[in-house]
Amino acid sequence: MTTALAPTPTKTAQQRRRSSNRARSLGSRSGNTIAGIAAWAIGILFVFPVFYMILTSLHSEVNASTNPPSFFAPLTLQGYKEFFGASSGASPWPPLINSATASIISTILVIVLAIPAAYALSVKPITKWTDAMFFFLSTKMLPAVAGLLPLYIFAKYLGLLDNINYLLILYTAMNLPIAVWMMRSFLADIPVELFEAAAVDGAGLIRTLRSIIVPIISPGIAATALICFIFAWNELLLANTLTSVIAGTAPVFLTSFVTSQGLFLAKVCAAATVVSLPVIIAGFAAQDKLVQGLSLGAVK
Amino acid sequence: MATTTAAPLDARAEAKAAKKAAKKKEPKPSFSQRWLDRQGWSRRIPLLPALVFIIILTQIPFLATLVISFMNWNANYPQDIAFGTLNNYVQVFTDAALRSSVFFTIVLTVTVVIVSLLLNRSFFGRGIVRTFMITPFLIVPVAAALLWKHAIYNPVYGLLNGILTWLGGPQPDWITDFPRLAIEVQLIWYWTPFMTLILLAGLQSRPGDVLEAANVDGANAWQTFTNITMPHMRRYLELGGLLGSIYVVQTFDSVFVMTAGSLGTANLPYTVYETLYSAQDYGLASAQGVVVVIFSIAIATFLLRTVSTLFEES
Repeated sequence: MTTALAPTPTKTAQQRRRSSNRARSLGSRSGNTIAGIAAWAIGILFVFPVFYMILTSLHSEVNASTNPPSFFAPLTLQGYKEFFGASSGASPWPPLINSATASIISTILVIVLAIPAAYALSVKPITKWTDAMFFFLSTKMLPAVAGLLPLYIFAKYLGLLDNINYLLILYTAMNLPIAVWMMRSFLADIPVELFEAAAVDGAGLIRTLRSIIVPIISPGIAATALICFIFAWNELLLANTLTSVIAGTAPVFLTSFVTSQGLFLAKVCAAATVVSLPVIIAGFAAQDKLVQGLSLGAVK
Repeated sequence: MATTTAAPLDARAEAKAAKKAAKKKEPKPSFSQRWLDRQGWSRRIPLLPALVFIIILTQIPFLATLVISFMNWNANYPQDIAFGTLNNYVQVFTDAALRSSVFFTIVLTVTVVIVSLLLNRSFFGRGIVRTFMITPFLIVPVAAALLWKHAIYNPVYGLLNGILTWLGGPQPDWITDFPRLAIEVQLIWYWTPFMTLILLAGLQSRPGDVLEAANVDGANAWQTFTNITMPHMRRYLELGGLLGSIYVVQTFDSVFVMTAGSLGTANLPYTVYETLYSAQDYGLASAQGVVVVIFSIAIATFLLRTVSTLFEES
């Protein structure tokens, strides 16, 4: 375990990519039409609720709640106007801003902490670096409810309840293991010669990080950041327990739609669309690296 | 299962023993030597901020949970706080509602993970279909649960009953009549994309030269599938199943939004939340939290083994 894990030379990585491309072309040749049709049917089945959500959000309340559904009703932005507080007055902007604050700042903190940690786990590894890696991984497997109560009591007695800063620190801890694992896999792909050259030229840790590592792995940093952003933006359990009126995030705001309030389907769909929009954008931007983040770097 | 895994396990144990023997031969530096080793510290320092941060925010709260789980502590009765009781655990394992929540947590996890894996038999999806499959995963979980609750399951104006009206079928109240199934279907819809991504990554990492050789040797599609693809995919199936289990065991959003834990759908995380938030019974909530952790550790042990084999390969 300690010996066989030297950074992979880029040449073999290239070879692997080439052979997997060949594998793909072989696979598509053997794929037949029935499987293709089945794949399309399943794909459409899965995307349809999302399509229906967006369509309904663009209908008027009366057209949104007909039975059977009226797909071809005229489109309107009324649902979005209602969501942004046209008649109820409850503006979604404070929760959206809270969510943005918590997600963006925690993501920056995660990246700042994860890059040096990944450096100490791959470029100049500490002696027991695999143990450290699996320690990070095991904290990710600790469910949020495991520490929820002490975190709640701690916040209650120190007056940190309903404080967005407390929440964003917890989100940093939540996302740090994923970031460390992903960052390590990106750093391990950098050829060792570059670091040797930097050391010969007398570059210290900070200088190596700034001038070599960050420019080379910037696509990797972007993908990691997008994934951490998604997880922080989606989080409900911690936010719902630790925040309420002032620091409530967008998912907490969405819980006000749990009980139905007369004709409000277009408004709910508009709310779901608006709150999901940042995740959809981030998700498609990070599509290729999404699985790497979700599997904690186990799958490349 | 036991017979197929026994051989590689033995091999791994042997390799470990050999490595241990090799390690013993080298003189091991003493603790003080390692502590004072300056070079070692220059390597360790970049790691420390992240390590300290994560220990403070995950390990210490969990230790506190463990301690509180042996305490009699209800915020509504502050004069009765006492340490040294097993009552919370007795309550966890005797309360019928809690037993049902343990049971539902298992059912939920197993059905969601297995159906999500089964739905991935359409390995041939590419391009647009792949994008279609990913989309559900990019909806914020609370929003997804709201969408299903109001726009799809609603008995009056939901999409399902709308389609049934066209077909002339009955008009069931989905969430009230089939509460558990309703949550399961929504979660299957949400988690299948994740499994797809993992399995797709596995398929794309099949060794191309081996597939080519099989093709040259005249292997048909079925032979290639059973002899090359399946053995290669087994670990990815394991990984998808185990990671999926870790995430699904922690489900909170769907239960909170769709039923608020009523109708026998409270799973463990939701029960912990309710005990903590509504009943304010801190001791009991901690004991429930510990039970969730034990579940997760059981899954995680297998997961760590799978991850470490994939990790050693790369």
